[in-house]
Amino acid sequence: MSSQCKFKRYIWELPVRWSHWVNAACIVILAVTGLFIASPASVGRAPSAFSMGWVRFVHFVAAYTFTVSVASRVVWSFLGNKYAAWREFFPLLTAKGREKTLAMLRYYLFMDKEVPETIGHNPLATTAYALLFFLYLLMIVTGFSLYATHAPQGILFTLFGWVQVVFSTQSIRLIHHLSMYAIFGFVVNHIYSAWLMDIKEHGAEVSSMFSGYRFTIHRKDD
Amino acid sequence: MKRASGDEKQIPGEEEFGSPFWEKRGVSRRDFMKFCTAMTAALSLPSSMIPRVAAALENDNRISIIWVEFQSCTGDTEALLRASSPTVAEIVLDVLSIDYSETIMAAAGHQAEEARARTIKERAGKYIAVVEGSIPTRDNGAYCCIGGRSALDLARELCNNALATIAVGTCASYGGIPAAAPNPSRAVGLSQAVPGATVINLPGCPVNTDNLVATIVHFLTFGRLPPVDGKGRPLFAYGKKIHDNCERRAHFDAGQYVEAWGDQAHRKGHCLYKMGCKGPATFHNCPIQKYNEKTAWPVGSGHGCAGCSEPAFWDTMSPFYRRLPNVPGFGIEATADKIGLGLVAAAAAGFGVHGALNALRKDREPGENTREEG
Repeated sequence: MSSQCKFKRYIWELPVRWSHWVNAACIVILAVTGLFIASPASVGRAPSAFSMGWVRFVHFVAAYTFTVSVASRVVWSFLGNKYAAWREFFPLLTAKGREKTLAMLRYYLFMDKEVPETIGHNPLATTAYALLFFLYLLMIVTGFSLYATHAPQGILFTLFGWVQVVFSTQSIRLIHHLSMYAIFGFVVNHIYSAWLMDIKEHGAEVSSMFSGYRFTIHRKDD
Repeated sequence: MKRASGDEKQIPGEEEFGSPFWEKRGVSRRDFMKFCTAMTAALSLPSSMIPRVAAALENDNRISIIWVEFQSCTGDTEALLRASSPTVAEIVLDVLSIDYSETIMAAAGHQAEEARARTIKERAGKYIAVVEGSIPTRDNGAYCCIGGRSALDLARELCNNALATIAVGTCASYGGIPAAAPNPSRAVGLSQAVPGATVINLPGCPVNTDNLVATIVHFLTFGRLPPVDGKGRPLFAYGKKIHDNCERRAHFDAGQYVEAWGDQAHRKGHCLYKMGCKGPATFHNCPIQKYNEKTAWPVGSGHGCAGCSEPAFWDTMSPFYRRLPNVPGFGIEATADKIGLGLVAAAAAGFGVHGALNALRKDREPGENTREEG
């Protein structure tokens, strides 16, 4: 147990926390509705029912919400504090970042007993987040490309129609479907690692995503 | 019909008797106007354009057509021969002047080759070439030769001298079935074989004759080819997904799906989405124009769409009876869901083991040595 005194520090600003939870909610909604769209149950009692219609409507509304949330997080990475900055997501680009990542990797692989402290993001996690944002982008582009096919003369098709020319519609559908499972894989990793580091670091890893505060050995003014 | 303002010329519909050109050929005025109306509708033009279409067709401005077949099954020719309105005789003899067509011309051998050469020479830049079938490019195109010349060679001469080329059917448009993996003859579609040519694609297996005739009517009326989409297909015929115009669409939105061939839902005509229908991935006007004298089309007959009017449909739309394609590199039975669930299970198992090992070990908390600055 910790014998040291720790100080609370405000790390996660409101837009970071909001976009995190909006993303989380959207991913759950999009996955549930998406799985239904991919393999629907014959729940319609009469031709006048609208079950698939509503499921698709929810999927599309959640998709727009998700896109706005992801886009605002990207914008915030240029406006927010240093813990939210885009540089955090590419720790491997700097020597210091590589050192931190290596230390964290050694801890994860049971090669080191010492838990490396992180004030902001865990460098291993942000590397995964960079990949995750790539998956988000893939989902958004393939998703809107499929969605846009309902109006091939519309503005959305002008924006995303090129994907239909480069890949076949069915390949886009497959990429959209498989990327969902890749995100599931990330979610398993993410929840586990947050839980693990909450236990190991004693820095309030999990609750910081609600409150914005983490606990560190050093005071901010040090 | 209304008289166009300031136009001295008589509007076709107002003539007491039909155009002598058509009357002589036994097409009544009424049938002629019905045809013009059908074509205007097929082109998604407003009904006010009917007189203009009629005026264009009334003139004796028959356009020379050279119809060639390469790697094809003659299905598109068959589709043309079964055209209902107007009948094939009317199309062939009156609207078009088909100077060469392997299947329906009377001439044969050298005579036929001469007829083609003459048209290409005398009407260079004025005829329309219609190409059916894909063009093999492997070994200098040796796998398809006509009269001793390769399809590639013939296509270059024909299409580069044509006013425009219409690629009929999926094979001529995108290579189609001959180009399906592993594509032994390295077959390609026309616009890939002859890159410089002005080509409009009318894919489909076979081409819908109404769309073919409408494309030519558009050309005769406006003097240019209709606007096309990113895959070179006219928007009037390929501007909407099959899924969005489907007669079974209400069942899709309702959540009523055929689960097995011949089940209650299938007998009631419910949506074929779960049976692998590719209507949601295919752009064509099949639900509206239909085939066989506008009586039938695949989904109407209880079979899902195979996506035949899309490039590489044989490879990308298959398996035809499943929603999603197989994942490349995995076994034939491995669906995207099995692979995805496997991935998630592996992640969960991996982290489960990791967590158990972590529970067993003793850590040192971050201290003075490992603290982060800042």
